[in-house]
Amino acid sequence: MSPRPGFVLEVDGSTPPTLFWNGERFCQEKLPEGSRVVYAPEPLEPLVDPVAAVRHALTHPLGDSAPLPALLHAGMRLTVCFDDVSLPLPPMQAPDVRQLVIEQVLDMAAEAGVDDVVLVAALALHRRMTEAELRHALGDRIYEAFAPHGLLTQHDAEDPENLIHLGTTEMGEDVELNKRAATGDLLVYVNINLVAMDGGHKSVATGLASYRSLRHHHNPSTMRHSRSFMDAPSAELHSSNWRMGRLIAENGVKVFQIETTLNGDTFPAQFGFLQKREWEWSLRDRATYAATSTALDRTPSRVARQIFHSIRSPHAMTSVQAGEVEAVHAVTTSKVWEQQGVEVQGQTDIVTMGLPYICPYNVNSIMNPVLVACLGLGYFFNLYRGRPVVREGGVLILRHPTPWEFHPGHHPSYIDFFEQVLSQTTDPEVMSKVYEEPFATDPWYIHLYRTGHAYHGVHPFYMWYWCAHALEHLGKVVVVGGDPRAVRRMGFAPASTLNDALEIASDVVGRSPSLTHLHTPPLLMADVR
Amino acid sequence: MKTLLFERNPARFAASRVVSAFGSGRGAGIGPLRLVEGQAPALPAPGWQHVDPILSGICGSDLATLDARSSRYFEDLVSFPFVPGHEVVGTVATPARAADGTDLPPGSRVVVEPVLGCRARGLDPVCDECAQGRTGSCRMVAFGHLRPGLQTGFCADTGGGWSTAGLVAHESQLHAVPPGLDDRDAVTVEPVACAVHAVMSAALRGGETVVVVGAGTLGLASVAALSHLARAGHVAEPTDVLVGARYPHQRTWAAELGATDVLAPEHVSRAVRRRTRSMAVGAPSGGGQRLTGGADVVLDCVGTAASIGQALDLVRPRGRVVLVGMAGRVHLDLASLWHREVTLVGAYAYGTELSRRTAAPISTFSLAFDVVAATGTGRLVTATYPLERFEEAVAHAGSAGRRGAVKIAFDLKQPPHKAPPPASAPRKEGPK
Repeated sequence: MSPRPGFVLEVDGSTPPTLFWNGERFCQEKLPEGSRVVYAPEPLEPLVDPVAAVRHALTHPLGDSAPLPALLHAGMRLTVCFDDVSLPLPPMQAPDVRQLVIEQVLDMAAEAGVDDVVLVAALALHRRMTEAELRHALGDRIYEAFAPHGLLTQHDAEDPENLIHLGTTEMGEDVELNKRAATGDLLVYVNINLVAMDGGHKSVATGLASYRSLRHHHNPSTMRHSRSFMDAPSAELHSSNWRMGRLIAENGVKVFQIETTLNGDTFPAQFGFLQKREWEWSLRDRATYAATSTALDRTPSRVARQIFHSIRSPHAMTSVQAGEVEAVHAVTTSKVWEQQGVEVQGQTDIVTMGLPYICPYNVNSIMNPVLVACLGLGYFFNLYRGRPVVREGGVLILRHPTPWEFHPGHHPSYIDFFEQVLSQTTDPEVMSKVYEEPFATDPWYIHLYRTGHAYHGVHPFYMWYWCAHALEHLGKVVVVGGDPRAVRRMGFAPASTLNDALEIASDVVGRSPSLTHLHTPPLLMADVR
Repeated sequence: MKTLLFERNPARFAASRVVSAFGSGRGAGIGPLRLVEGQAPALPAPGWQHVDPILSGICGSDLATLDARSSRYFEDLVSFPFVPGHEVVGTVATPARAADGTDLPPGSRVVVEPVLGCRARGLDPVCDECAQGRTGSCRMVAFGHLRPGLQTGFCADTGGGWSTAGLVAHESQLHAVPPGLDDRDAVTVEPVACAVHAVMSAALRGGETVVVVGAGTLGLASVAALSHLARAGHVAEPTDVLVGARYPHQRTWAAELGATDVLAPEHVSRAVRRRTRSMAVGAPSGGGQRLTGGADVVLDCVGTAASIGQALDLVRPRGRVVLVGMAGRVHLDLASLWHREVTLVGAYAYGTELSRRTAAPISTFSLAFDVVAATGTGRLVTATYPLERFEEAVAHAGSAGRRGAVKIAFDLKQPPHKAPPPASAPRKEGPK
């Protein structure tokens, strides 16, 4: 039986309560009658033989690229770059897609006699991956073959010796990249395309870039003019990366792009109820939900966090394509939409969402308040094509505990951003002008980024900029169940229950608003007509 | 006439110390302070005047005395019994002359500069410190025709501000209050003068980062002094003035008075690191990180072991820490002071200062009047009490921060028949 497409339910008197994520917990809410609930499509069938599919993609490239074996020869300098720990979410069960793909690339390189191969984790300004994370992404075999010889590297956006400035685009955007990747004979980039904005020219132009380059598109203006990030033709973020990508190509940097898509099989069997529609829950699902939910409610947050971060997703590969960047990405994007797209008729006054424990920037870490905002207003709000699910001036209601808590090793500049910047302004433009540069060039943050496992000093600004479109669009943001102090610090309204949140929202949208709940994750993208 | 008299009474002293352990100012009722009928002291010598107090503030050093927490260092520098109160605005009863030589008609409002230096003590020649205008450092505070007492309010012969009977002051201690200043402004001149002296003692070099630890009266007065004196060119202008303030009203006022950053005390270190682009060592978790750089100057306006320790943590190598709050016996790790070659400076009282703008000596009180007029420090006087309610007043002063207050003062002109506000809700006023 083929998987069912996404679905929009209209809530009536017989609809069971709707599951909301709530950080490391869940809850069920009785939504008002007439509300809509948007469910993701069921997981697509995975590739039967992913390794064979990878080999086929590498030997049958898209666009004007030659097959990978034809691009490999003895004496060449090959650089294989790959997405970092921020993808996929949650981390997938072994073997990771990156391992599957890179093993085939390396086999072909070995067959061609290539012996100068360097692997680069495309961190951009993210934290460096730990050994365990690298081993998980690449497999022990690759790790053991490369890491001890210094051939498994992580992009360092603050290492002037290992950066090269390729020029500026017609819009004056600097393009500064990892020197090894940009000056080798071939750059192979291995993507995991979890959402539609992943991949394309963004892989190299962002993942291997420096602050000098990134600031041209990671800024409030670009973010406000990306409607949405997931819809490339409407995203200035996309346009900027495309300009950079073309400049990279004009500079003779030969990129062989490999993109992979995953199905929506996000959680292991014991959390199967998270992927089902509530009225289809079996007795076993209901019992599992009740037991899990009760146990989590009694579990200290720190322990619950450890439990959730140990989850390995059963994500399976649904497609792999390789070759020229733009031709590859066009196919990839259609595959992502095939898995995640849901047609939604018209906008709504209120959109609700339960935020889970994880976002791209807190893998094995703490979801601090800035990341809560980014996940809700940056990522989930932008899971649309056409128009936002919520109308302009409408209300976004999030559910998340939003603890005033930070990982001091991973997010040191976030602590200061929250204390010293958000306490002064929540306006992305103002903070960009007044505060960004001192954070971006702070020597201590740079030191921690380069030598520890810290996100770059400017990273919390980028997280806030991701929210810029939503901040401009929405009339109010309400956070249910969050730490009131943390919620208020971000300029949002705290509420203790969903009913309280609806009451607060009534100031903006009146007493009889329309309401749509995004039942995600699993990830979905609303095609709003 | 009512007077609050502080007597040498070891039993009451011990009781006050025990009770104050549960909260500063709580031991006023059982300590050595008593409300008595009294008369103004006799004029000790020619050049002395009677002053009738209008308002008299409760200072941190008064609280330390009442709590029996002050250092035994001061034992021989005071004389008993004394009437506390050295922050005083009042009126002169008879024609008088001010410290700057101007005539004061009867009824003129004056602020008392409480230090009892050589001139007040009738000593001629004056000591080297007084000769150079550094009366706060007078070497003769236990000598002359007065009994020991480093200030009015700690001397058995002068009386103090906590009295409706009045006090006596030497003409060298009198400063006329300009018509534009109201009584609340005027009663803050003395603590502002302390802050002015502290800022002048910091030897600012321009473009520096200054941290103010503590946002009580002295802390806020220091912020006001810093901003005004820099604006007026008397000291070099700092780039940043960061203030650690525990309570919301303190944060509001610190910002209004000129702080560039106002932070909760636990966040000051991170802010200083970022502002000074310092590095840090130690594990990022558990609060064990220490700065390798830091602020150029730290004004410690608290004076406890914790605040001095924090100041030493925040200051850069070869930086300056100025002790503004009254310190006593403390237990401190001075390794960083030794290793980083930090200069620790005391800043007591006032005298004359050397202005950067004029390169000439200026009376600290003269500068303080300017600061008060420019910044409106009278807003810090949050509540006033009649003497009869001294226990409440002292308790309020002891818990000022928690109760949304800064400066508590006695209102010596408030007629007893006017019903004061109930004890549970002392009169509070917001900023002007």
